[in-house]
Amino acid sequence: MTAAQVIFLITAVLTLGAGVYVVAARNLVHAALALIAAFFGVAVLFVLLQAGFLAAVQVVLYIGAIAILIIFAIMLTRRVMEDTGPQTNRQWWLAGIIALVLFGAIVFSLRLVPALQGVTAAAQPIPTDTIEKLGFAFVDPNQYLLPFELASVLLLVALIGSIVISADRK
Amino acid sequence: MVPLSWYLALAAALFCVGLYGVLARKNAVAILMSIELMLNAVNINLVAFWHYLTPQVPSGQMFTIIVLTVAAAEAAVGLALIISIYRRRSTVVAEEIDLMKW
Repeated sequence: MTAAQVIFLITAVLTLGAGVYVVAARNLVHAALALIAAFFGVAVLFVLLQAGFLAAVQVVLYIGAIAILIIFAIMLTRRVMEDTGPQTNRQWWLAGIIALVLFGAIVFSLRLVPALQGVTAAAQPIPTDTIEKLGFAFVDPNQYLLPFELASVLLLVALIGSIVISADRK
Repeated sequence: MVPLSWYLALAAALFCVGLYGVLARKNAVAILMSIELMLNAVNINLVAFWHYLTPQVPSGQMFTIIVLTVAAAEAAVGLALIISIYRRRSTVVAEEIDLMKW
């Protein structure tokens, strides 16, 4: 077992444990903290996959922005739902069965794809100028200029929309 | 090296944990947190495929960045909706938000 495998397994266990705690925790603030741990585990996986830029973006965007936003929302809506009583609805067992069946189906179908068997190393060496390529691809009309502009419009719409929705109309 | 299938299995497990949270949790904020878990699982898949199969083409990372953007927009609008509902109806329990239930 190589060092990368050991790091992967430790990160995987931590990420999955944090994920399970997010959906199972009674206290929502604890769940949000576990969510940050899960985000961080995913960032470590990105580093293992040699996607350093995405790891940085993951930390800045998910941990720095989305997790903080979620904690704010929890604190603003806290008193309605105390940490007593069941946190799951009546069909939680059905949800568990659906999740387990889907997991089984995905793992089973992974074994059916011959192209995935025995892929243990990258097909080609990872280029060192990935970030440069990414930046050029974003502004190249033949590549991803349109998705880039659409993402900008989407963010603007979301910004205006969330202000309008949450504005206090008297 | 780590086999590709390990990443895919981890992503599948994380996605299913998130799916359970979306289906089973009562609190709307908790449902939103579970959705973030599912989006992260998808990102692991995309980056793993990029790393193992097409490292020369940046499309895998591009998809991940678009997913991140949509996740940010979704979190902002979703939390604004939850806070607006909380202000009007004093509840964040998904079962009690039944204004449009027939």
